Amino acid sequence: MLGRLRGMLIKEFIQVFRDKRTRTLLFAPPIIQMLIFGYAATLEVHHIPTAVLDYDHSQVSRDLVSRFTASPYFDVRAYLNDRQQIRDWIDRGEITVALQINAGFAQDLGKGQTARLQVIVDSSNSNTALIAVGYINQIAARFAQEFQHAHLLRTSLFAPSQIPSIVLERRPLYNVNFDSQWFFVPGVIGNLVLVMVVSLTAFAVVREREIGTLEQIMVTPIGRMEFILGKTVPFFLIGLLDTTLVSLVGTLWFDVPFRGSIGVLAIGAVLFILCMLGIGLFISTISRTQQQAMVSGFFFNMPAIMFSGFGTPISSMPDWMQTLTYLNPLRYFLEVLRGIYLKGVGLDVLWPQMVAMSLLSVVMLAISVTRFQKSLD
Amino acid sequence: MRCHRLLAIMRKETLQIRRDLPSLLITVAMPLLLMLAFGYGVRFDVQHIPVYVYDREGSQQSQDFLKHFQASEYFSVIKAVDSYPALIDALDAGACRLAIVIPTDFSERLNTGGSVGIQALVDATDNNTANISLSYSESIVQAYNQRLRLDWVQRHGQDVMPPPLRIDTRTWFNENLESTANIVPGVVAIIMAVIGSFLTSLTIAREWERGTMEQLVSTPVTPIELMVGKLVPYFAIGLIDTMLCAGLAIWWFEVPFRGQWGVFVLSCTLFLLVVLALGYAVSVVAKSQLAASQAALIATFLPAFLLSGFLYPIDQMPSVIRIITHVIPARYFMSVIRDVFLKGSPLVYLLDDLLALAVFATLLTLLATRAFHKTLA
Repeated sequence: MLGRLRGMLIKEFIQVFRDKRTRTLLFAPPIIQMLIFGYAATLEVHHIPTAVLDYDHSQVSRDLVSRFTASPYFDVRAYLNDRQQIRDWIDRGEITVALQINAGFAQDLGKGQTARLQVIVDSSNSNTALIAVGYINQIAARFAQEFQHAHLLRTSLFAPSQIPSIVLERRPLYNVNFDSQWFFVPGVIGNLVLVMVVSLTAFAVVREREIGTLEQIMVTPIGRMEFILGKTVPFFLIGLLDTTLVSLVGTLWFDVPFRGSIGVLAIGAVLFILCMLGIGLFISTISRTQQQAMVSGFFFNMPAIMFSGFGTPISSMPDWMQTLTYLNPLRYFLEVLRGIYLKGVGLDVLWPQMVAMSLLSVVMLAISVTRFQKSLD
Repeated sequence: MRCHRLLAIMRKETLQIRRDLPSLLITVAMPLLLMLAFGYGVRFDVQHIPVYVYDREGSQQSQDFLKHFQASEYFSVIKAVDSYPALIDALDAGACRLAIVIPTDFSERLNTGGSVGIQALVDATDNNTANISLSYSESIVQAYNQRLRLDWVQRHGQDVMPPPLRIDTRTWFNENLESTANIVPGVVAIIMAVIGSFLTSLTIAREWERGTMEQLVSTPVTPIELMVGKLVPYFAIGLIDTMLCAGLAIWWFEVPFRGQWGVFVLSCTLFLLVVLALGYAVSVVAKSQLAASQAALIATFLPAFLLSGFLYPIDQMPSVIRIITHVIPARYFMSVIRDVFLKGSPLVYLLDDLLALAVFATLLTLLATRAFHKTLA
């Protein structure tokens, strides 16, 4: 039995590494994806293109504007003369934010009345708009507070520092500098392992069927379980190899910290790869051609990645969708990856994810192996 | 170019599509799946962020302050704990994303005057969500401070001064800052890129694989007729898919459509030409269905997803990548389709982008025909 399995394994390894396309598929996509995601995928917002329309032309209004020019978040590109121009500039997409200060701004402030700052935001990109509005509010709040303090200093008997106020002390954990790369790189590892293991496994089996060599193998003394093992073990190992490769790129190239233990990562990776082998085998049972396998793979991979919390938080999805994500192995693997990489937590915290992945892998492998054995008949 | 030969090719191609039921199903199922996956799965709106609180004082005032977090739709206060380790455990396990700590002398400090710091421990693994939640916390604190200031000034017999600055924020085009309004029109572009190139790359590669291409070439049909005849039916399918997606976007996801249908159809036509020509060129070069579909996916899906500004704003990318995005056709279409949907931009504002698309369409068509001539020679 072991001898036959060894023979089968040797054949598989030769097949994988002899085919130029498979060889490229093993190493090129991980590295390309890692680089693109590492560099292009950022939701940070800096240098928001901004225009100023100042009807007041006072020292106070210039002071307010200078707080925007000094901020790294805003890039004041133009000083406009009338309101129609705001419309034009925003329509042409030249600016995202326009600040309008009406005549009488300084006067209102001086008289102790509420002065108004009009802000126009192109919110067609809601995320950028949301963050921009947040920054504008912070700048304006500081301006208002300083103005009020100066006013109190002049008019009253007590120091403004006596006025009670709450200061929010920001204590970011795990990703202290709010670096997008730190968020995306562990996620990309999960994505890549998913795509590689599923498509390689599915292709390997379907190809044998398509070119007719499956029948040849079936007439040899190789048993069915030996065939399945022979087909999955190489991709299991390749999956582990890929995990190691992209993890190394992540730590050495992108300087993403690795704070947890390699052992825990290995356990998570093994469980996740088992799930993906189950999916790959399943796809191979419903596909006659490599073509179909590819399409089916796409149909599985896309939702799996979208509903894993890879790019956007699960808590923002509709409730029914959030419930469905519990069936998604990638969701757990990403939690494990980010937990180990950034939070440095161990099994004491990550055990629920491990249990979930074990359960899913048992169910998926059981279903696909049964189906697979039937499809051989 | 002769009309009857062209018609004959078109008829042959249409018949082939009609008989190939699985592929036809894919053309309907794929857009639906992608639309739902992205429409529901990708949301940047931050809502109901799970929050833990650690109120070290437990006074009426601290509870009153925390109520403002409870009342906000952005946060859901799940639990009050009574130690730091409990907070850290919750953050480690991902049970909460934000933890608010109120110091023991909270109300005392506020009553005697002066500022008091409260800590906001935020899980910054997902830097974007963390940033937005801090910004929301900040505005809750600011609003509370305003009230504290008023109370205090009043209690000390001073004139109540209205807040010095009010910000009127107008968000144009996407008033409620909903991320679906931004993402869903983008999905239409992604789907067109995938479907267009994927389908064409399949069918032409199939002719090569089965050897029927040689037969076609030996007929009086010229390469141009062959290309046009083959692409017209797919163009029709692509256009139907686009309308299907646009319909879903407008009626299912309720994204406003403010532009002119003429401009929409014109820009979709140009982009479809680009992706069809790209798919054609790829399949002429690749010659096997599998390689062609893989190459088409890599050449269209990945750039359209990552480098078009779909999720990640181009102006935030490093300059090298920003330059690369200029050769990604999807980049231009992405900006056009969003402008047409949300801004209702007239044709004049879109001319640059449409011109770029037209140039790509011409270049790729030339490239495809040349590659075809070469492979025959």
